[in-house]
Amino acid sequence: MKEIKFILNGKEVSVEADPLKRLLDVLREDEKMTGVKEGCGEGECGACAVLKDGVLVNSCMIPLGAAEGSEIVTPEGIRETDKGKCIIDAFGDAGAVQCGFCTPGMMMATEALLTINNKPNESEIREALSGNLCRCTGYDLIVKGVQIASERGKDLW
Amino acid sequence: MGAKISIPVRRIDAKEKAGGWTKYIGDYQFKNLQHGRFLRSERARAKIIEIKKPDFPEGYYYIDASDIPSSGKNNIQMIKDDWRVFAVSDVKYIGETIAVILGPDKQKVLDLLNQIEVIYEDLVPAFTFDDALSCKGGAVYGDNNIFSEYLLNVGNVDNAFKDAVKIVEGKYETGFQEHLYMETQGLVGAWEDEKITIYASSQCPFYIRKSVAVTLGVPVGDIRVRQTTTGGAFGGKEHFPDVIATPLAVAVNKVKKPVAMIYDRIEDISFTSKRHPSKITIKTGLDKNNNIIAMDIDTLVNGGAYESSTTIVLQRAILHGIGVYNIPNARIRGRAVATNTFPSDAYRGFGAPQGLFAIEMHMSHVADELGLDSSDFRRKHFIKTNDITITNAKMHDEVKLPEMFAKIDEMSDYSSRVKKYTDDPVKGIGIAFVNHGGGFTGNGEQAIIKGVVKMKRLEGGKAGLYVSVVEMGQGLQTTMRKIAAKELGLDYEDIVYDNPDTDIVPDSGPTCASRSIMVVGFLVQECAKKLKAKWNEGVGVEAEDVYKHPDELIWEQETLQGDAYPSYGWGINVVEVEFDPVTYEVKTTGIWAVWDIGVAIDEIIMQGQSSGGVIQALGYASIEKCELKNGAFMQHTMADYTIPTSLDFPKVETCFIDNPYKYGPSGAKGAGELVFDAAPPAYAEAVQNAIGKRIYDIPVTPEMIMGALK
Repeated sequence: MKEIKFILNGKEVSVEADPLKRLLDVLREDEKMTGVKEGCGEGECGACAVLKDGVLVNSCMIPLGAAEGSEIVTPEGIRETDKGKCIIDAFGDAGAVQCGFCTPGMMMATEALLTINNKPNESEIREALSGNLCRCTGYDLIVKGVQIASERGKDLW
Repeated sequence: MGAKISIPVRRIDAKEKAGGWTKYIGDYQFKNLQHGRFLRSERARAKIIEIKKPDFPEGYYYIDASDIPSSGKNNIQMIKDDWRVFAVSDVKYIGETIAVILGPDKQKVLDLLNQIEVIYEDLVPAFTFDDALSCKGGAVYGDNNIFSEYLLNVGNVDNAFKDAVKIVEGKYETGFQEHLYMETQGLVGAWEDEKITIYASSQCPFYIRKSVAVTLGVPVGDIRVRQTTTGGAFGGKEHFPDVIATPLAVAVNKVKKPVAMIYDRIEDISFTSKRHPSKITIKTGLDKNNNIIAMDIDTLVNGGAYESSTTIVLQRAILHGIGVYNIPNARIRGRAVATNTFPSDAYRGFGAPQGLFAIEMHMSHVADELGLDSSDFRRKHFIKTNDITITNAKMHDEVKLPEMFAKIDEMSDYSSRVKKYTDDPVKGIGIAFVNHGGGFTGNGEQAIIKGVVKMKRLEGGKAGLYVSVVEMGQGLQTTMRKIAAKELGLDYEDIVYDNPDTDIVPDSGPTCASRSIMVVGFLVQECAKKLKAKWNEGVGVEAEDVYKHPDELIWEQETLQGDAYPSYGWGINVVEVEFDPVTYEVKTTGIWAVWDIGVAIDEIIMQGQSSGGVIQALGYASIEKCELKNGAFMQHTMADYTIPTSLDFPKVETCFIDNPYKYGPSGAKGAGELVFDAAPPAYAEAVQNAIGKRIYDIPVTPEMIMGALK
């Protein structure tokens, strides 16, 4: 057990836990951030995607110890920002959301993409979403959602 | 697409889901929650000699069949009740539930599980169709391993074959497919108000209620089931949650505390039902004008160790066995066999994709054998309105396939590309034509389900909608609201429709069989009309509607004769591919889809169904390989069972043709499964045209292509 501090959605948090505990479990169980989903537990599906120091990562693959001192952003941390609202609205208008289990992770991947490229073309969007699996949509309408977010949010990113 | 109701609205659940506010089963907090894990069989077929258990600390339990109350049964009451809640004295497949281990600490539960040793005496298992038919190791089921057998016949097949100038035969096989819903299986059983409440990620809350009540031997009213927002299902949460809920309920009944049974991904892939594998042999006789005069089909599906819904899956496979064609003399023998594999169960399409893959590939092969264009040959044999079907009834639907072909040809440039690629060494294009019967087979909606829906006027100009069909990603929370709102003249957001709770909603039947919109949606429409007529009686006024089978549709269940389905959705897919002659990998370069689903209740939601169904089906056709080794699935993770990513396939270009159905809400028919049916044969035909060798089996892997070319 060790006390580990990191920034979670802008606030410093301190967790007393095994440094090898998965960041995913810390976020869901200790911090009640249930917008972070567990889909596979092995870094394949992206349902647990969060931003670590601005980089998109799968929180099931990050031991808590590796998060020490870093800045972690979960869906809870962006959904009420202008960027988060823009992505959510765009996903809603595009029909990008079906069962919804992958969608918070897709929002994180979209945020990560638009931060480095605010005018992505279709193949850049598909590349950026390729670490996030979806079984419902076939991806077409998620791609459209990202396109809409990029058009509407051109001043945000 | 001209209907007003098709104009898209924003899905009611989109924002909450996208932002991560929506709670799924794993997101709820329960006080004093216990964690359960299953002790499962590690052998495919064996006697249990002894189970060696460690001492259980206080608060930790080992629950097995001996904990079922004397009034109950060690059977899971699904369509059949042969599947046992707990294995006793022997095991029939790898993964069969033997016991539930539970306690307050998850890790401690796992430690206890690992210390349990089951001593088996192995028996000879049967895994393949040949094993099953030869009763290897003795019959797993009955005295011949045949769960069910049917013979469909139209015309006089034997006489017609005598007149044939040419005969073509082919054998077609399809494999297991894992649903891979993004949210794994998960249920929590709780003891609330002196009764068992099951919180479930599921398609069919009333199925769970019935099976749990039978297992515990209590009236159904003593069990409450509350659906939690379901993160994908595709048939995998139709019956399978009953397999979890029944042992879970036995445990809760004993410990009187909430118990969570939430699968991790490895458990979910390793130990849940898959799509039925199939092996279908087709023989076709032709006259001198290249018309099909006779067809003889033999269909086998592997049901695994227990029957569950296998017989109904077999029915659907054979009822779709001659596809969209008018074959004057046709015979289909269908058999569902028992083996020692994990019991197969419902998966989007429910047997139809297997039957349709075989017939579409066969039609392509017959055309090839005759030197004819595959699409021309198939189009010449299209069934038309009032033609006789395989069940000796008239096709009632207005069949718009010719119009739909014209549309997809225009969209995809199919006719010119198929010629252009004839001699191309790497490119190919394929087409497939399908239909899919909506709702339960025959008169099942009347005989088995008898769906009921209820509505009520609420405060503030709102209306409550009470149905048991669930949102699982397909959009029901939105489309059902639209159907009700249209009749009541309200905004769709003014309809209240919560996740079903069996203590509150009537039983409108399960969420399956492409029935929710067509059958339950129609009841909602009619119920809303009744509520509208009574609206001015004030807040609290209620209306109800009950399913009534259309008088003109007749059905004989024992012999499967008559009108097999109330109506059909129809579809055509075109797929274009390019293969790499060095690596044998296939790249899909174009996908087109035209559908007749009556009327789309929401154009964007239906586009989502089209893209999602087609891509899931292309996974089935290409990369989703699920193999057995000594009765265990070899694939356990998302790394070795791969599904399509956003990079694997291009956009699906979709078009809908209006063809209103009189017993569907605003004319809508079933759609959720239809969109899966056409892509596998279209893809396989595209690959065979690219590589110049016939394809008989899916998934079409690079290894298979390499084998075909060597």
